[in-house]
Amino acid sequence: MTPARQSPPRPGRRNARAAAPAAPAPPAAPAVTPPAPTRLDLLRTMLLVRHFEERCFELYSGREIRGFLHLYTGEEAVAAGVTAALAPDDAVVSTYRDHGHALARGVPADAVMAEMFGKATGTSGGRGGSMHIFDVSRRFYGGNAIVGGGLPLAAGLALADRMRDTGRVTCCFFGDGAFAEGEFHETANLAALWRLPLLLACENNLYAMGTKLAHEHAVTDLALRAASYGMPAWSVDGMDATAVALAARQAVDGVRGGGGPYFLELRTYRFRAHSMYDPDRYRSKEEIARWRARDPVTALAARMRVDGELDDDALKKLEDLAAREVEDAVEAARAAPEEPAADLLRHVVSPAEEPA
Amino acid sequence: MTGPGTLTGGGPGAPPSGAPRTVTYREALREALREALAADDRVFLMGEDVGEYGGGFGVSLGLLEEFGPERVRDTPLSESAFTGAGIGAALGGMRPIVEIMTVNFSMLALDQILNNAATLLHMSGGQCPVPLVIRMTTGAGRQLAAQHSHSLENWYAHIPGLRVLAPATVEDARHMLAPALADPDPVLIFEHGSLYNTSGELAPDAGPVGLDRAAVRREGRDVTLVTHGGCLPKVLEAAGALAADGVSAEVVDLRTLRPLDDATVVESVARTHRVVLVDEGWRSGSLAAEVAARIGEQAFYELDAPVERVCSAEVPVPYAHHLEQAALPQAADVVAAARRAVG
Repeated sequence: MTPARQSPPRPGRRNARAAAPAAPAPPAAPAVTPPAPTRLDLLRTMLLVRHFEERCFELYSGREIRGFLHLYTGEEAVAAGVTAALAPDDAVVSTYRDHGHALARGVPADAVMAEMFGKATGTSGGRGGSMHIFDVSRRFYGGNAIVGGGLPLAAGLALADRMRDTGRVTCCFFGDGAFAEGEFHETANLAALWRLPLLLACENNLYAMGTKLAHEHAVTDLALRAASYGMPAWSVDGMDATAVALAARQAVDGVRGGGGPYFLELRTYRFRAHSMYDPDRYRSKEEIARWRARDPVTALAARMRVDGELDDDALKKLEDLAAREVEDAVEAARAAPEEPAADLLRHVVSPAEEPA
Repeated sequence: MTGPGTLTGGGPGAPPSGAPRTVTYREALREALREALAADDRVFLMGEDVGEYGGGFGVSLGLLEEFGPERVRDTPLSESAFTGAGIGAALGGMRPIVEIMTVNFSMLALDQILNNAATLLHMSGGQCPVPLVIRMTTGAGRQLAAQHSHSLENWYAHIPGLRVLAPATVEDARHMLAPALADPDPVLIFEHGSLYNTSGELAPDAGPVGLDRAAVRREGRDVTLVTHGGCLPKVLEAAGALAADGVSAEVVDLRTLRPLDDATVVESVARTHRVVLVDEGWRSGSLAAEVAARIGEQAFYELDAPVERVCSAEVPVPYAHHLEQAALPQAADVVAAARRAVG
């Protein structure tokens, strides 16, 4: 299925009104979808995410990161391709598997890593951790760790933009597990009913934690079911970064053009277990190996090599750059201060409401 | 702190200009909504049947015609989605007012209220304040049985990050909304279903009320009666009956259930040395239990008698009138408890 409506964004109308102190002001000019990413752009993002996640695995094993840790390894093409279609003023709502989305959105690796170390320099000063990365300066409204819980919130961000004619798009990442939640179906209906500028980016990695897609859904064609809400919906090879980027641009342009919500089913696979607590008993080694053979980073690099866009030296340099960025983030996080325990109750209510 | 409020009475004749007006609680809420919608175009109202139907309890009647369907927005029966959409719209710079028809229905939105509205500010390290107002009906007394009648505001009052209000007078119904909308954090307003048709006097020059303090609705010397919301009329009735019997009861209306105004309660108990807590919630784990604990912590040596509690019977609220009334705190129960306390 191809999106039908691709009209230019509507001009802002009510942008003059002052926003609340805490909320970002509507942009002076309507948001515009950025130019298509190059394959090199996509590869850089994916390499950063890959190195970051694999380093987190080691750090967790070394007990420097604690709590729940959900790694994005294997799914990098989705974050890289989808976020490349978003303008800086667009919004992103993420899941508990959020490092990849945050990094692809441009949240600095330093701040993400420091958050996982629970340090003051982390995105939430250590109050969120791995599952709750926020960066409102990049309109990144958080890793949400209630499956499906980010969807209504994303619809609300989109509603604010629709009511104010900002031309902005909200992208909500969620998984095949969330598709079984009532919050997905309520949100899909509401977004379609109100024609909200919302991109529903469903990362179908075939497992809701440890439950196979076919054991959680009576009908496993998620795009088909999403389309029943009255929105353009189609599935995409989520292991192919350029395919994701192309589909995301089509969808975002459709949403921005006033076409209401779009749904993308991004078929992907996580190479590592659900979390560091997961012994991964429910998948066979053969299945994992089959998917690893389709590694999205390796696949993109191979295609670029065939087309003469990349050689061994260039790839090595890119790998080194990503590794360096991650290692710098680790060193910075290790050295960073902790929030004083005396500030425990900060940010429970806004400062004006705190007792003097 | 608000002044003493009158809950009933007031003649039908049109008052002279500048004189207090008699309005119903429902009309007071509607006036507050109208004022908020007119004052700030970031404000909008959404919920089930708030538009064409006029609100499940008639509060928003006429607002659709005045402000249009974008700003008085009927929603599907999707409590979680529209409450969450209110949270997201608040993050996006709007000032939404979400109406949930009853507190029992709000259980379907509890994920959004607890896991998002109340936590986003903290979880984001201060990046995501949620300036959202959620209104909902609470309480029993209308024979609506066990899925429309409970008083669960104390569950919400348990949650850090929320402010929880229980307007019990027309003045609070009229004037709590503006400061609630000005609050940068989520505010829940509980409207007791038995109050919508009550009326009271509204001063023409009254402005926004404070949201931090309980109010002494009737002054007294012998015993403090602490309550909130729909129990206030019953407690005032009990205070009247006690007065006729020579017992001077002070009535404290908590108004704000989170953060609780301990000081006003403790100050009153320090004067009367006896206290009865009246709460339509179930006794176990009730708001009354929390207030009792705070009195124990802060005013133990002021007490001349054990703390008395009058709460709802621990049963799902039944339909039949006599059974429902038997389950709820009544003025006679308050009088009896006060007499026990006074000894």
